Amino acid sequence: MANITMTVNGKSVSGEVEGRTLLVDFLRNDLRLTGTHVGCDTSQCGACTVHVDGIAVKSCTMLAAEADGADVSTIEGQANADGSLSAIQAAFQEHHGLQCGFCTPGMVMAAADLLKKNAKPTEAEVRHHLEGNICRCTGYHNIVKAIMAASGQDVSQLAAE
Amino acid sequence: MPKDNGIGASSLRREDFRFLTGSGNYTDDINVHGQAYVAFARSNVANGKIISLDTSAAEGLDGVLAVFTGADFADVGGNPAGWLINSRDGEPMKEPKRPVLAHGKVRHVGDAYAAVVAETEEIARDAVELISANIEELPAVVDLKSALDNKHLVHDEIETNQCFDWGWIEDNREKTDQAIANAPHVTTLELVNNRLVPNAMEPRCSLADYNAGNDEYTLYTTSQNPHLTRLLISAFVMGIPENKLRVIAPDVGGGFGSKIYHYGEEALVLAASKKIGRPVKWTATRTESFLSDAHGRDHVTKIELACEKDGTFIAFRTETYANVGAYLSNFSTATPTFLHGTLMSGNYSVPNVYVNVKAVFTNTAPVDAYRGAGRPEATYSLERVIDKCARELGIDPLELRKKNFVKPDQFPYTTAVGLEYDTGNYDALVEKLRDLADLQGFDQRRKESEANGMLRGLGVNTYIEACGIAPSNLVGVLGSRVGLYDAATVRVNATGNISVMVGAHSHGQGHETAFPQVVAEMLGIDEGLIDIVHGDTSKIPFGMGSYGSRSLAVCGSAVVRATEKIINKAKKIASHMLEASEADIELKDGVFSVSGTDKAVSFGDVALKAYIPHNYPLEDIEPGLEESAFYDPANFTYPAGAYACEVEVEHNPLGVKGCGEAGAIGSPPSVVNAVVDALQSAGHNVTHIDMPVSPSRVWAAMNS
Repeated sequence: MANITMTVNGKSVSGEVEGRTLLVDFLRNDLRLTGTHVGCDTSQCGACTVHVDGIAVKSCTMLAAEADGADVSTIEGQANADGSLSAIQAAFQEHHGLQCGFCTPGMVMAAADLLKKNAKPTEAEVRHHLEGNICRCTGYHNIVKAIMAASGQDVSQLAAE
Repeated sequence: MPKDNGIGASSLRREDFRFLTGSGNYTDDINVHGQAYVAFARSNVANGKIISLDTSAAEGLDGVLAVFTGADFADVGGNPAGWLINSRDGEPMKEPKRPVLAHGKVRHVGDAYAAVVAETEEIARDAVELISANIEELPAVVDLKSALDNKHLVHDEIETNQCFDWGWIEDNREKTDQAIANAPHVTTLELVNNRLVPNAMEPRCSLADYNAGNDEYTLYTTSQNPHLTRLLISAFVMGIPENKLRVIAPDVGGGFGSKIYHYGEEALVLAASKKIGRPVKWTATRTESFLSDAHGRDHVTKIELACEKDGTFIAFRTETYANVGAYLSNFSTATPTFLHGTLMSGNYSVPNVYVNVKAVFTNTAPVDAYRGAGRPEATYSLERVIDKCARELGIDPLELRKKNFVKPDQFPYTTAVGLEYDTGNYDALVEKLRDLADLQGFDQRRKESEANGMLRGLGVNTYIEACGIAPSNLVGVLGSRVGLYDAATVRVNATGNISVMVGAHSHGQGHETAFPQVVAEMLGIDEGLIDIVHGDTSKIPFGMGSYGSRSLAVCGSAVVRATEKIINKAKKIASHMLEASEADIELKDGVFSVSGTDKAVSFGDVALKAYIPHNYPLEDIEPGLEESAFYDPANFTYPAGAYACEVEVEHNPLGVKGCGEAGAIGSPPSVVNAVVDALQSAGHNVTHIDMPVSPSRVWAAMNS
């Protein structure tokens, strides 16, 4: 067992973990931050996406001990300070970018990662960036639309309805 | 001005806030103090005889609390099929027992034969690896047609791999055969509708908590229909009285059919919780989802279309081998039969239709309803053979369809396979499609593609779907062992806001937003005053859940009926408050008024009066304002489309049809039709490609 300390959504947290404990399990089980989901265990679906030191990471494929000392952001830390939805979150709701909601935290975290690096992505760039995030409900169109809308672009002409 | 309240308002989904902020409450997010964890030992052979299981090492591992094997459940009931199908000769289908854990034999890769309960998930998994299983591998039955040779058996006790040999409608058989034998033109197509894995994003998860103090069980589980799950566990498998079992399905992360069914893992955690006296949880890995969730489709089909030289349809004849896998899942026998065979007339007026389905046991994961369930299989084979026929006759594929559509003046139209279509205008659908898809411009687009060295194809098709899966009288005649109504309770609280308890259960459909709109529309009040309660058998009326595009058509109709009762009672109370005749009371915009006067009382005041019944005619009216309704419609609804267009018709109180499954039904034949069209445009003699249409398959077809 190892003692680890990290910053999660701006708060310092610490815990004792086995060497094999995954970051996602530390977040979900130890910190009770259950918004980060496990969909595939194998880095394919992206439901577990969080940011570690500003980089999008699939937390089912990172050991908790590896995040010792890191600055971690999860879906629980994405809303505005007053509790209202962030621009990305609000765009997902406005453009019907979610149905069952299970992939949604990972989608929002992936979108935030993209828009940080590329403030005005093209549709193709959004789709390329989401290759590591799977959704089984929406067919992706409205997710793409939401992300482009969140970047301030006019989405009225996008084919997706 | 768009509506901002009630039916038709483009209200933002209220469930989205919690999903977008990580505040959703899915089964795996729930932990109960003291819970232990289960891991399963699953077969890695498709067919095998269990010679011996040595669990001593697993039991001895530190942190292991209990180990279960099939022997522990030998006296427990099997997980049943919910639909009885009789073969053509009248023999009932074969129903071998589906045990909680495999006992004696394992019958598919992933078949669970033992389970370990331990302090942590990691210890449980470690312990599974310590189970020494001596399993003698036997030849596996996987091919549908050769399975019927019965050389090797999935279930020895039934002495055959055939579950049933079903004919629909058997009286049509002879005349359909004759019509095809005498027809001027017959198009034949053999195809495979490939097996697929539903793969909801949320893996299945079950958490059981047994309370010895009152002998009650609580089961949190990933279910589309908590009451149906409770019924199956109580009445068939575990024998737990229904009033001692509470089933809670919280937020559910997609289902697509795979979470309709009761699975052995649910029974196992219930039994384990009682045995160790602690809550017990199991969460599937994605690998387990692939191996143990009910799969979809898996038909091998030969379809024949007989017609006149001018393309007038004379007969459709279908022969399908349907894979049911190693065990019968709950709806597995209905899917390839009544959800498939009854739709084999499509959108067409055709006098002779006959469908033969042989359901076959194989050493593969069970197969059941998935996204559209049976209806995509019907649409795919029919719309593919029509396309092939059009090419053979040199007729435009859309014109051939139009020529044979049921016409608007023929409704209600009873098909040769026994359904009565309510309304429709399929010609209008096609014209709309021409417009939306700009079919006029296709030739030009094809030329442009060809100039760029690309092939371009156009695929069209129409579809019809029987949905709003419900009418109990009808499904009962057809073999269903359950009713398929739904239920709602509308509870007006004293301060005028409303809780609506519904039997439908959302796994992404947005019920929490849509159902309040129905009530708000009827009462003329703000939809924000209304909340939905769902997914907990201790809180909701006995409804049958969500699948088959039924939530709004069936459960929404129950909401309408219950709200009508609320209005009737509220009018009585209002008439007393206003000292007027009940017949003179009108409800508009949330206000009850006396017709032709300015005397009025608000809905909120009526609600308060119902719960503080001072100066209240208790001899005539009960206090309170809460009503329930069960709704069971007279027919399915029949949405139809070209690709996935929807049409509107009146049927249930809301006049709604289902659209949830349309995308899975209309799209596949269009895609394959288009690929074939593209290849034929370049002179490739390709008449069919099986799904999935992968690049390698297209390449192989082009080079064959």
